[in-house]
Amino acid sequence: MSRYITRLRMRRAYKWNGRPVSKDRKLKRQYYESMSISVEGKTEDVTVSLGQYILIEGDDDDNPFVAQLLKLYTDDSGKKKTAVVQWFVRTCEVPQNKRKLLGRHPHPQEIFFYQDCSCDNEVDGETILGAVQIEYVPVEDPFPKGKSKGILFVKLLWDTKSFRALDPELMQPPQSSKSPPPSSRGPQTRALPTPDLSVMKRAMSGILTRGSMSTGKMSSSEAESLHSASKLSAAKALSAKRRSRAVSGPHVRKKLDLCSPSKNMTRDDVLGEILDEHTEKTLTSKLNTSPTGRISISIRLTRLNLNEEECVSPLSSHSPDKPRMTAYDKDESTRARTPSRRKDALREPALAALAEEEHEDSPVQTAATPRSKRKSAQLVSSRIRKQLNLLGNTVDLQSDGVDGDDDDCFVPAKIDLQSSSDEEEEAKIDSEDELIVKKRRGSGTSRSTEKTRVSARTPRKTPSKKTAPATPHTPRHATPSIPSRSAPARKPGNVLEEARDIYNFVESKVIDGTGGCMYISGVPGTGKTATVHEVIRSLQQSAEQDEIPHLRFIEINGMKMTDPHQAYVQILQKLTDQKATPDHAAALLEKRFSAPAPKKETTVLLVDEVRHLLLVTLISIGYFLFIILFDWPTRRNARLVVLTIANTMDLPERIMINRVASRLGLTRMSFQPYTFKQLQQIITSRLNRVKAFEEDALQLVSRKVAALSGDARRCLDICRRATEICEHSGSQKNSSGLVGMSHVMEALDEMFSSSYIAAIRCASVQEQLFLRAVIAEFRRLGLEEATFQQVFVQHQALCRVEGLQPVNVSEGLTVCQRLGSCRLILLEGSRLDLFLRIRLNVSQDDVLYALKAD
Amino acid sequence: ISDRKATVNSSDGAQKLLRERLCHQKLPDQPVGLDSQYKHLLELLRRTAVHGESNSVLIVGPRGSGKTMLLGCVLRELMSLREVQKNVLLVELNGLLQTDDKIALKEITRQLHLENVVGDKVFGSFAENLAFLLEALKKGDKSSSRPVLFVLDEFDLFAHHKNQTLLYNLLDVSQSAQTPVAVVGLTCRLDVLELLEKRVKSRFSHRQIHLFSSLSFGQYVDVVRAQLSLPPDFPDPKFSDEWNHSVTKLCEDKTVEEILRRNFNGSKDFRSLHSLLFLAVSRVSVSHSTLREADLIEACRLISADSKANVLHGLSILELCLIIAMKHLNDTYDGEPFNFQMVHNEFKKFIQRKSHSIHKFEKPVVMKAFEHLLQLELVRPVDSGVCKVQREYQLMRLMLEHGQVMEALQKYPQCPTDVKQWALSAFG
Repeated sequence: MSRYITRLRMRRAYKWNGRPVSKDRKLKRQYYESMSISVEGKTEDVTVSLGQYILIEGDDDDNPFVAQLLKLYTDDSGKKKTAVVQWFVRTCEVPQNKRKLLGRHPHPQEIFFYQDCSCDNEVDGETILGAVQIEYVPVEDPFPKGKSKGILFVKLLWDTKSFRALDPELMQPPQSSKSPPPSSRGPQTRALPTPDLSVMKRAMSGILTRGSMSTGKMSSSEAESLHSASKLSAAKALSAKRRSRAVSGPHVRKKLDLCSPSKNMTRDDVLGEILDEHTEKTLTSKLNTSPTGRISISIRLTRLNLNEEECVSPLSSHSPDKPRMTAYDKDESTRARTPSRRKDALREPALAALAEEEHEDSPVQTAATPRSKRKSAQLVSSRIRKQLNLLGNTVDLQSDGVDGDDDDCFVPAKIDLQSSSDEEEEAKIDSEDELIVKKRRGSGTSRSTEKTRVSARTPRKTPSKKTAPATPHTPRHATPSIPSRSAPARKPGNVLEEARDIYNFVESKVIDGTGGCMYISGVPGTGKTATVHEVIRSLQQSAEQDEIPHLRFIEINGMKMTDPHQAYVQILQKLTDQKATPDHAAALLEKRFSAPAPKKETTVLLVDEVRHLLLVTLISIGYFLFIILFDWPTRRNARLVVLTIANTMDLPERIMINRVASRLGLTRMSFQPYTFKQLQQIITSRLNRVKAFEEDALQLVSRKVAALSGDARRCLDICRRATEICEHSGSQKNSSGLVGMSHVMEALDEMFSSSYIAAIRCASVQEQLFLRAVIAEFRRLGLEEATFQQVFVQHQALCRVEGLQPVNVSEGLTVCQRLGSCRLILLEGSRLDLFLRIRLNVSQDDVLYALKAD
Repeated sequence: ISDRKATVNSSDGAQKLLRERLCHQKLPDQPVGLDSQYKHLLELLRRTAVHGESNSVLIVGPRGSGKTMLLGCVLRELMSLREVQKNVLLVELNGLLQTDDKIALKEITRQLHLENVVGDKVFGSFAENLAFLLEALKKGDKSSSRPVLFVLDEFDLFAHHKNQTLLYNLLDVSQSAQTPVAVVGLTCRLDVLELLEKRVKSRFSHRQIHLFSSLSFGQYVDVVRAQLSLPPDFPDPKFSDEWNHSVTKLCEDKTVEEILRRNFNGSKDFRSLHSLLFLAVSRVSVSHSTLREADLIEACRLISADSKANVLHGLSILELCLIIAMKHLNDTYDGEPFNFQMVHNEFKKFIQRKSHSIHKFEKPVVMKAFEHLLQLELVRPVDSGVCKVQREYQLMRLMLEHGQVMEALQKYPQCPTDVKQWALSAFG
């Protein structure tokens, strides 16, 4: 039974308590301090006020969402009540695979402080169920016993990646936010603890390189907030920020999208604005006058302040000293502090023309200014290339879904670390970098000096009149060690059109908060599943960096379930960790995806081998599955993105009834078999710079496989076999220790050559005679089929010709059956005895060739 | 008396030992003529067992070529390694036993002793079992979990399971970084890869170990000698010396060589050889305690005897006459089907000519004899479905070769000469 009153059972009425405490005329909002909820059938009302912990209606009646109420407001019309909350998560809401990070069994009443800025913290006021009591328990202390069931305990903080100790300060009820948000921001920021060493350290040594990135981002935003009094500089800051985003990745528009609360800016508008920004350099005034721009600024700052208060930037202490520091300066300092974005930072708006020229010959180059849509597409592709590069590093290798551990056991006799192709490419890029640098100041080129080069260049790139004092004052010098990246810088991969398309598709859906369905087809071994996994991985990475909203990834495979009904069960289990029968699961899922999700996170559902889900029982449940796969995504609030993978390109047409097909709006994508160049790159990346293959040998493998199937798995299998052959023979003859042509040829022979001829050659005399008799009989009849009796007569005649004792029928049948079991010949109607029908399973020429050789 | 007793004991012991050897109850010490395949497979499985590399391989070879024996030898050597012994899980499936994925899955779960196994019972539905197993395999990784060797005997039959779910999942695990597995398939079908669905095929590593014996006749005889010889540690050295000497002599004998060559020509696999030798060894008794060529000749006769010719020996003269009549009909009409009436007419013509020597039979009696032949399936109706036709006119085919009839006639005890002549004459 449900312990909480939900709307399904009882009607609730919501009413503001008292007069609005403040008004925001620009946003047309009225802020309130408390709200009372009256439940039908109960006499007393429940009152919730700011700072209180509340329960919010969710899809699970027994475990409603928990949050702390931060703000309450109504919009102009006064009808819609909105609440701004700080979320807490229950154990069951933490993704299952992350739960083990906790390292202990969660207390049944335990919840976690949720720190994830991508999660929407505005909820409909009418989803509030009531108040709840939460107690903070210090990390070392045990959970108090004997308390009532209603009390929840919070001990740790969950930031979607790890559990951390919760700073008790965060649990304090927020100070009275009677002043409207824009002005309350200031005090709030100040109220934060001064940047003590430990916090700074934590911020600096954040997970992977993102730590440093977010600090950088934060610093600028912090600075912005401090300057918010001066609208001019704030606008400048924003525009500079935007530009830096545009340079660094494809996230410009979604940021803006997210930031504008009114959602009245369509994407095109935003894009247009960005484009304008870059065509006209005088953007400040324009932005300044645009109300939309201003709104987005203020909201953005609020969000950052609310959610990222822990990561206090050391910059904030410095920036007030330089009130004249311009947006450009801040922008530069951000860049200088982010080593992971070196490459991007190298490109400057001023260098646009130069960068453009470089596009043609270098795949990595990120465009400096997205002047057109094409440009921005290039940005995205470059970003994905970085994420997805196949000329990967070790991290990439391990995370790769397909057996990443094949080649590492092989260590050739001499590991020759002469530069492999990707290194050369790297060198090329470096030299290109060098070109720019030379033009600007002619500094050194070696990779090791790159960091210093970037930072050293920084001041010069800024407009000259404002530059000089900026950089020395940045706290970069206060903490001399730039957090070293845990993963080596990624290197460019080949152009993966497919990855880019999928990335764009999912990303746009996630940002827009809509749903959609994509159908991916391609022959086996062309990297469909692997690509989707990589795309999701990189999307999740950007979600962790708060560049896009949080998304949830669920994967099912049609071949990994016993019947299509199980699809419901598996989806439900992965979504909510509930177990149910297929019918029940279907009902629950239907409910889940027809109601808008309170926490607006997008669910990405990957359905692999979809053919097996659809074709098998099309009549009974096929239609239902249809709904999951193709109808749910189109529901407005479901926020479900479905990626379906199958081999055949025309599956939707073959299965769908026309009227269903017409309303799908299916995005399609087809994976082409790998070309030999791509295969070669795949091998090279897998070899991980170990020089184990001769160049020609690699060429041979990749060309052969490309010609046959373009299957990457096959390609790797051949290489693996070739290394084994090399290992066995290597000791005696091949002095180089490399896998050469001969080994590859041998492996290819083993895998591709037909075994029929060898089988015929090794067959016994009577078996060979029987095959000959079959051919003789075929020729006599002029048909490709004969009965055993007919062949047997020929066989006996041949025996006499060969001077062998003729076989009797039993022996003849034994020979025939043995050939049949090998499938050298095909037998039909084994009950017919003498009238057994015989056909050859090999071409006659092959048989004759095999028999003639000996 | 004690001497005689010792001989009896030794002879019994020798027979027991040889029978064990010939009935495949014991693995040979070393597979014959399969050295490179042995090394390849051992290396492959060792990598899985020791280094935790996943792999998949097919062992393909005709029946009796020693696939199971090879795998057995490899596993025996593998398991003797200390680091492997406690570290490898072995799952053995047979396509003839696990006829669908549901049974196969239960069997895998049972053999792996996963947590949903209590005693020998596996709990949960098919779907749950699959999810459970996949989850279990997915959780493992290269370094920490015990490698699992899946041996799929009659691999081709697994390819006929619905959707090839089992194969897809096993091979998928072998292609991804999950629990290290080695999937070893044994099959005699050369075209086994064509049976696999493309998505399954893509996941298979395409390693095939072919077992084609390229044995020459000389080696074959050597194998025969080795198979028949008693080991040096035989308890009665005098007896074993004598025995081995006789075996050596036997193998040099011309007649024996001919028998062996005939067998060798028939098939190179050891299974047919073993059945021949088994029959020969079984004839060894206390009275003649060595293997003689007569034993082999007799064994060969038994083995190569035509089964249908044997059946013909047991027929009555009337039935034999009907067979001969059918043979003549076959010759006349070039294999076209016939009916009882035609056979009866043919038979009547023969009776009229030779009325003095052959008893005259009534038609119902002839019909009865014909039905007996039908029961023995020496004749068969062309299409069994049609019952409307009267029995006399139902079309039939003779299931005997010309040569079989003649051979049976030669050996038939006290066959009347007229019948023999009738059979030999060109036209009825």
